[in-house]
Parts: sequence; structure tokens; C-alpha cells
Amino acid sequence: MYQYDDFDHRLVAERVAQFRDQTRRFLAGELTEDEFRPLRLQNGLYIQKHAPMLRISIPYGVLSSKQLRKLAHIGRKYDRGYGHFTTRQNLQFNWPRLEDVPEILGELATVEMHAIQTSGNCERNITTDHFAGIAADEVVDPRPWAELIRQWAALNPEFAYLPRKFKIAVNGSTVDRAATLVHDIGVHAVRNETGEVGFRVLVGGGLGRTPMIGYVIREWLPHDEILNYLDAILRVYNRFGRRDNIYKARIKILVKERTPAEFTRAVEEEWQLARGGPTTVPNEEIERLSSFFTPPPYAKPRGDDTGLRALIADNRPFDNWVRRNVFPHKVPGYAAVTLSLKKTGVPPGDVTSDQMDAIAALADRYSFGELRVSHEQNLVFADVRQAELFRLWTELKGLGLATPNIGLLTDIICCPGGDFCSLANAKSIPIAEAVQRRFDDLDYLYDIGEVSLNMSGCMNACGHHHVGNIGVLGVDKNGEEWYQVSIGGAQGDGASLGKVIGPSFAASEMPDVVSRLIEVYVERRHEDERFIDTVRRLGPEPFKERVYATAH
Amino acid sequence: MPRLIKDGAIVEDRWTLVREPPSLAALPLATPVIVPLVLWKSDRNALATRGEVAVWLKPDEDPAALAADLASLPLIAVDFPKFTDGRGYSTAKLLRHKFRFTGELRAIGDVLRDQLYYMRQCGFDAFAVRADRSLEDALKGLADFSDGYQATVRQPIPLFRRRTAAAIVTENTPAANDP
Repeated sequence: MYQYDDFDHRLVAERVAQFRDQTRRFLAGELTEDEFRPLRLQNGLYIQKHAPMLRISIPYGVLSSKQLRKLAHIGRKYDRGYGHFTTRQNLQFNWPRLEDVPEILGELATVEMHAIQTSGNCERNITTDHFAGIAADEVVDPRPWAELIRQWAALNPEFAYLPRKFKIAVNGSTVDRAATLVHDIGVHAVRNETGEVGFRVLVGGGLGRTPMIGYVIREWLPHDEILNYLDAILRVYNRFGRRDNIYKARIKILVKERTPAEFTRAVEEEWQLARGGPTTVPNEEIERLSSFFTPPPYAKPRGDDTGLRALIADNRPFDNWVRRNVFPHKVPGYAAVTLSLKKTGVPPGDVTSDQMDAIAALADRYSFGELRVSHEQNLVFADVRQAELFRLWTELKGLGLATPNIGLLTDIICCPGGDFCSLANAKSIPIAEAVQRRFDDLDYLYDIGEVSLNMSGCMNACGHHHVGNIGVLGVDKNGEEWYQVSIGGAQGDGASLGKVIGPSFAASEMPDVVSRLIEVYVERRHEDERFIDTVRRLGPEPFKERVYATAH
Repeated sequence: MPRLIKDGAIVEDRWTLVREPPSLAALPLATPVIVPLVLWKSDRNALATRGEVAVWLKPDEDPAALAADLASLPLIAVDFPKFTDGRGYSTAKLLRHKFRFTGELRAIGDVLRDQLYYMRQCGFDAFAVRADRSLEDALKGLADFSDGYQATVRQPIPLFRRRTAAAIVTENTPAANDP
């Protein structure tokens, strides 16, 4: 993974010192609340319902065991012994004290971490495929490019006060595992017929109040122009994005109002100013960044593990876990393992400090001391020997991290919701738990197969509800919490936005609503059809009929 | 006389900012004035005869509107009605980088300590700090960071082209085309 040099260390140290002084001045009354708010937000600090919330940046979701141990320590010392992994591959603490935040940032800096730009109207954490570097379908390793973009975006003087938040995702595989179609900018690393790396650039996707799928504004961008081109997009957005209405301030609105063609023209014109200039990326820099993401020293001889089949045949629970939580690796004899953070009864994405320490130890033992955070709020060990899968599974079970439900109905993406977040209209965690309890029968869950249930407590869509096969949105009706349900959303290559099926439901109705949607699917699916395929073939009507005939 | 930060030091400000002039006749005489773009556009010739004149831009005004006048303008000011309105950073960048403006580039309006470093990187060299704030305190903001990753107006060579050099050139080292 990327290692800081003296410059990176100094920059983060200067940022900590700056924020320490800003916090001091705020507490001394020298900065007003309005003046301090954007400053603290750009350091990841929200003021929540019960306490501040601190969101820590995990660049493109890559984390070392040493960093995870530091997070465990921070959780214990400054919080209540746990943290929450987010859909932006970050980690947030829900209970720190404002006065302690400079100390926490100082501790993070010792392990090359920070909270820079994890909230606020600026460029947020760059996200990518959690199987980067190991997926068989990978065309280009996106991590060096994500790091390049991270550095360009970090404390970029021109773009610190954008109209609204700005999210960039990079994907380098044939399958899009980074939800690039629903980002302000989606970057696809591709190769041309001569094998040269370039980028397809998409702009204007996003969730939130006005969900949209991004437009391709350039099919092929020479790789060394990537920063010049991003700079052009950001300048057009910074100058012309709407600032009169917070709900219309994202770049997707600008792209739509100007039309994609006109927006593209403006970007291309702006690009000419920088094209070929100093920010054109030299080969030495690409090589330098790539050198941080070389393959780990895999064991030899390499080859698929022959003993694994026998273990699977013998052991149904292990078989289930391998089928759901183990992902193929491009190196024979290795596999990637997803640690499910979706155990029933535990808020999705939550991990205790004790679990973090245990996970760090397992990462050291089984996966070269490194792990990834997925935007589905799970953790990934990317480089596990197949011969050690059974032992790892046994250990993960003991930690409650081996729930074999990746990609299934109970692998719910869920924001912290009304239990923590002051923006939320409604709670989301108890609904997720009620649905998980309803579908606790593994055989039935496996029979249902792949289906994503995404839940957000408000319009801001942190739980990505628009791209859930089943999406749930918390809404406020006269001070009461209600839930609006949509179906037909999907992430990835065939990304689509779900459609609302009708009037919203009370919390107590939600498990029944999900059950009825699933019943229609089970009754009417064709062979090999996933839930989303059946919804697309039948349309929403049969689902609506069933839900509203019986629920109301 | 009011003061401001110019080239990293606190100096007296001899310019008068005219926010809303009722007419050309109402402009103060015998003092250098910074007038709104709209007045400059309508009365450029008359203004040119009355002494030192500069122009200030609103966040939504295109710096290209001044392209023909840049050689004759000693100063351009860019207004920040709220410090969270970041359009002025791009206005500055364009004035320096695209239009090659070399005169004084002044930030006016809600100009506060915690934004000064970024403003200077984008090409501002003068800061009319909000009147209720200490200039001495604001001056510290210019030193928040010693360097950054990006190519900026102040440091036109991005870090990745300097990283290979034995020593990292700091922001305080004058760059080749430092305005």
C-alpha cells in the first residue's frame, strides 16, 4: 500500500496543527459557529444528535493491520469501543468529544491516516473496487490511479469550497464494483487495442434527492491527462454549479440543466488550458505510485488447493461460507475473503475495538497485514491461501464475522439513521435488524439468492437506497417515521434507479413488505433469474399488487 | 487609512472600494477607486480619464470580460460575499493562468484567516481582511502549509515533478513565475 514520505507526513502534521488551532479559536469564541462549521466538516467532524461524529478517511478502502489497531485504540480511548464502516469505505466514530478531536487526528497521523475532506462541500474520499489488484477480470489496477487522484484532490486550494460535496470513484475491471455510474465523476481505467492505459470519464451520476446515472463525457482520455481533465471538470463545476439552492447544487444538476453535450463542450474547452502542462502525469510518477501496489510475496508452489473440495463436501456451513464469502483470486491457490459485518443484531458496518484488534491479527496471519473496506460495508482479506480458508473460517466464526450472507438479502447496506444522525428522518438500523430476523432461515435465504436491500434514513442516500434491488427510504410524515419502498435499483454495470412502489409504510410493517416482495419473486421467477431480473421482466405491478393488497 | 495584507505584509490601503456607485459623478475624486464591473463596462472611457481605476468582480462575473483591459488595469479585486462561496478561487486562477494578469489581485468581502493560504495559492497577492478581524491574526493563515501536492499559481510545478529532487522546494522559495 502507499507509504508516506517526508512530504506527506509534514502535510498531515500541518493539517493537524491547523485544526488544533481552529478548534482552540472556536472554543475561545474567536470563530463563530458558522465560521467553524465548514472548517470542522472538512476535517470529518459533524455535530450529531448525541455527540460529534468523526469520519476518518480510508483512501480507496485500503487499510493496514497497524492502522486498524490504531482505530481500535481510538475507539477504546476516545469513543465507546466501536466504529462504523461507511459506504464511502471510511470509518466513523459516533461519540468523540470535540475537545479530543485534535488529539485523535494527531494519533491518526502517526499511522499515516487523517480525516481530510471526509465531509463538507469538497472532494471526498476516492473510492474503488475492493478487489483491486486481485480480481481475474481486472484490466488495470486502479489503486495507483486512485492514489494519484487522492493527492491531487487533497487540500486542493481551488476546490475547497465547491457548491456541494463531490465524489469520485475509479474502477479498473470489466465488472464495475465501485458504483462508478452513481458518482459525481466515475473513472474507468481501460486499455486500447495496443494495450495502452486510458480512461473513460463519466460525469453527473449520483444519489441523494435527485438520483441520476452518469453520462460518458469522454470515451478515451490519454492516461497522463487524467489530472488535467479532472481539473477542467472541477473548474467548470466550481464556477457554474448552482449555489442558490443546496438541493440543486450537485454537478448532476449542472450537467442536466446545461445538457451533457454542452457541459462536455465546456470541459473540453477548459481542458485545453492545462493540456500538456505541468500537471500532465509523467511516467516516473506512475511508476513510483505503482511500486506501492506490487503483488505480495505469494507462497510457492502455486496451484489450487486440492484439499478444499473435500472440506467443502464434508461441511455444509463451511461450504455456504465459501460459496458466499470467498471470491476467486487471479493467483492460483489464493482467494479473497469477505468478513461479513452484517450479522443479525449488529448494526450493519459496526465493528468493536476488540474485533478490530482480532481482525488486525488475522490480517497479519492470513493476508499480508492488509485489508480492504467494501462500499457494501464489509471487510475484505484480499490475499488468503486456499489451504488456510478453513482455519480462517473457524477463527472468523468465533468473532461473529463469518455470517455467510454476502450478496444476499441480509447483507443490508444501511446508514446510521435516526439513532445517530441528526439529518435522518427515520431510524434505519432497527428496520435492518427486523428484516434480518425475518430472513434468519439460511436455506430460504440461499433459495432467494442474490438480492440487495439498501436503506437510508433520509434523502441524502448514504445507504444508497436508489440502487438497492429493494430500496428503503426513511421519511417523515407529521413527525412520525415512515418508510418508502422502491424496487428495481441496481449498482454496477447495469446500474439502474429503483422506482417507488407506492405509499410508505410504518416500521412494524416493513418485514412483511419485504417478505411479500420476495414471495412474488419466488413464485414467478424463471430458472436462473435473480430478483432484479424478475423485477425487470415483470415490471413493478405484480409486486405492488401483492404488497398493497395485503398490507393495507 | 485602512490597512490590508499585501505580499505577505500589513500595509496601508490607498484604494477606495466603491461597492454601489449611484453614478459616475458620485465617485470620490482624487483617490484611486475600485469600481464594479458594470460601471467599468458602461463608462470605461470616462473612468480612464479620471485617474487610477481598478475593477472588482462578483463571483458570477466572467474574468474574460476584462481580457482586453488587463494590461492597463493595476488591480483587480474579486469579491467573496461569503467565504464558503468558492467561485473566486477559480476566477483568480483564470486571471493569472489563462489571462496572464500580473497586477495586484485582491480578495475582498468575507476574507478570513482560514482561507488565506488557499487564496494565495490561487493567485491572490492582496487580502482585504474583513474589517472586524485582526490583520495580525489573519497573517498567520498564510503560513498554514509549507507546500501542497498540486500545481498552483504560486507553485506552478506540482509536487510529483519536484519529489524526485533531493530537497523539496518549499512554498516560500520564489517560483519561476511567482506574481
